[in-house]
Amino acid sequence: MDGLLRAYLPVLVFLGLAIIIGAVLLLAAVVVAVRHPDAEKISAYECGFNAFDDARMKFDVRFYLVSILFIIFDLEVAFLFPWAVAFKDVGPLGFWSMLVFLAVLTVGFSYEWKKGALEWE
Amino acid sequence: MIGTDLTVILPELVLALYAMAALLWGAFRGKDAEAPLLFWLTPLVMAGLGLWIALEPQATASAFHGGFVSDTFARFSKVVVLFSAAVVLLMSADYLKRNKLLQFEFPILIALSVTGMMMMISAGDLMSLYMGLELQSLALYVIAAFRRDSARSTEAGLKYFVLGALSSGILLYGASLIYGYAGTTSFAGILAAAKGEAHLSLGLLIGLVFMIVGMAFKVSSVPFHMWTPDVYEGSPTPVTAFFATAPKVAAMAMIARLLFDAFGTATGDWTQIIALLSFLSMVLGAFAGIGQKDIKRLMAYSSIGHMGYAFLGLTAGTAAGVQATLIYMVVYVTMNVGVFAFILNMERDGQPVTEISALNMYSEVEPLRAAALMVLMFSLAGVPPLVGFFAKLFVIQAALNAGWVWLSVAAMLASVVAAYYYLRIIYLMYFGEKQAPLDGSMPAIHWAALMVAAFFMLAGVVSMFGVDTWAGAAAASLLN
Repeated sequence: MDGLLRAYLPVLVFLGLAIIIGAVLLLAAVVVAVRHPDAEKISAYECGFNAFDDARMKFDVRFYLVSILFIIFDLEVAFLFPWAVAFKDVGPLGFWSMLVFLAVLTVGFSYEWKKGALEWE
Repeated sequence: MIGTDLTVILPELVLALYAMAALLWGAFRGKDAEAPLLFWLTPLVMAGLGLWIALEPQATASAFHGGFVSDTFARFSKVVVLFSAAVVLLMSADYLKRNKLLQFEFPILIALSVTGMMMMISAGDLMSLYMGLELQSLALYVIAAFRRDSARSTEAGLKYFVLGALSSGILLYGASLIYGYAGTTSFAGILAAAKGEAHLSLGLLIGLVFMIVGMAFKVSSVPFHMWTPDVYEGSPTPVTAFFATAPKVAAMAMIARLLFDAFGTATGDWTQIIALLSFLSMVLGAFAGIGQKDIKRLMAYSSIGHMGYAFLGLTAGTAAGVQATLIYMVVYVTMNVGVFAFILNMERDGQPVTEISALNMYSEVEPLRAAALMVLMFSLAGVPPLVGFFAKLFVIQAALNAGWVWLSVAAMLASVVAAYYYLRIIYLMYFGEKQAPLDGSMPAIHWAALMVAAFFMLAGVVSMFGVDTWAGAAAASLLN
């Protein structure tokens, strides 16, 4: 009997996972989404007085762009550190791998430069 | 050492280098007005690589300590991916131009995602599998939101991104469990670790289930399909056409590769999961498509259902099953390329139309195109003398021979239900009500794609043009 039940364990684990994921996605919509939205419900909450304006203000996309570009090149540096520390051990293969990596990054960099992503005005 | 590794991955290398060169050319020289050049060059490069991979006689080779495998199975899937991507890209230029979306980044993103797909197909290690998957997915997230100023397109991109990130997380969690319990990320090592026991150890089993769930998201298999209809509907039509073809083949090949190369000894453990995925996809794809009014949404449910049939072949867990799945994917891709060649040109007064009701009495406007679409719809439904029927027959046969009787019966019943919405399109085209006709003219490429796809559905009955024998060799190379 145990052997028989054990044979169906994979599908049990799978069903458990499927139900959890499905339930989480459905419940998330129930919990997070505004039901029967009206003007009062979806307006920003201010204590004691009416909201001055929309809580979602317009924010210049350039700020996002700069921060995203920063993250990309920050990560690149994070790769360089362990490489530099282990420089003696990685050998020529490690050296050239990193150079290829940097070359690929340079392609991306020149693309963003030429596209004008780095210009503020 | 590294030299031989590089020769094994030469096709991927060429495509990646081409993509970077094209990016630099686009950034420094190209204005978007010059973008059509890339829309021609990229498919040419991809088709050239496809021919090269197909014709080059090569034994099974692996590179990077088994992280990259090039066998007949990989070559077969790569050729399908490269050619379908090339054709879809050729067809997309015209639509993008009409909708003022012609930017040189589009073909480059497609080329990059195809590079990722080739990596996925050839993965021999959990690391390279994930790397290929992410390269493919990241490019796809961007093109889903390619129409930046449309709320629906950006919504599609965001949904795809969030659920894609979720599925990647689940997949990674599974991969880390497998690494923890097998002590290695290479497929050969996992196979060795799982050998000799009647069942997988609990850790490996849970890891495998998580990985299957993550990959089921990527092929949009029920119950992880929720993103598909919205993303298909919201994305620009050429992007939808692309989503429905090449990535599906790559993800299916990746699943087969992982299941057989890393867990080939535990067939009994994963076939039941794949069987459930297959059953749910076939049934939901059949029933949920019935009420659809938008043809792109309909194609989304259709592709969910077809993925169920493709899984049916894998359920068998045999070489015949893998062969049937590969044939099914080729037929599925051909039909979808043809249907999307048609959908791309559904227009009225210069505006793209996606309502199914717009096809009313289309046979009077364009008899030849309507006839071609009719053949494709019959084939999608699996009506006998067409290739779509034989593709279904092969997977059902493989499943039956492996003892999956209830699943095979369910597959046949689901195909009957699904036939309703395919036949309804034919009914509308031939016996519908009269109304303002669609007036989109059809560029030669689309016309050719539609007619060639319809022709294959008819001619394939006589001869599959060697696809079946090659798929057999591919399946044999995966299983040995």
